[in-house]
Amino acid sequence: MEIIQIVGLCLVTTILVVLIREDRPEIALQMSIVVGIIIFLRMIDQILAVVEALRDLSQKANINNLYISIVFKIIGIAYIAEFGSQICKDAGSSSIASKIELAAKIFIIVLSFPILMAVMDLILQILP
Amino acid sequence: MEVDILFKIAAIGIVISILSKVLDEAGRKEQAQMTTLVGVVIVLMMVIQLISQLFSSVKTMFQLY
Repeated sequence: MEIIQIVGLCLVTTILVVLIREDRPEIALQMSIVVGIIIFLRMIDQILAVVEALRDLSQKANINNLYISIVFKIIGIAYIAEFGSQICKDAGSSSIASKIELAAKIFIIVLSFPILMAVMDLILQILP
Repeated sequence: MEVDILFKIAAIGIVISILSKVLDEAGRKEQAQMTTLVGVVIVLMMVIQLISQLFSSVKTMFQLY
């Protein structure tokens, strides 16, 4: 039932955004930001359930907790960067959006270094 | 739960656009600019509160410290 509310809210908001866009484009942009935030805040408890389930799975498979937290960090960075760059693209400034994506990629690479090192060590151990 | 904020912003946007049109017709261009500025600033304060709420919830959820 939740999805029906969300889709209804988005349709109403889109109509309002189109209504306001030709007079006050800046307020229309802020409305699209607000509706994105509202939907994410509604989905928080579902996301938390998924995060907890993944963490329990990794506990059972006794994967090192560090790697799982890195994966969650990367997911968080990717979500925030995607949110920001979509808003900037929506506003028409796609150059700023690509800067956000560039920064996010760099953060993710930096974050994933420990995992890369661990894989390298593993491979070196396997090779004779 | 924050749906009313959304409709408040839409109402402010509509009021501001009508007000600036009326002021333009009345010949007071600078006051029209002032009202649009005030409208945008009010909406921006609401949006910034929501954005900080979003960022803090994402930070706690994904341990992004």
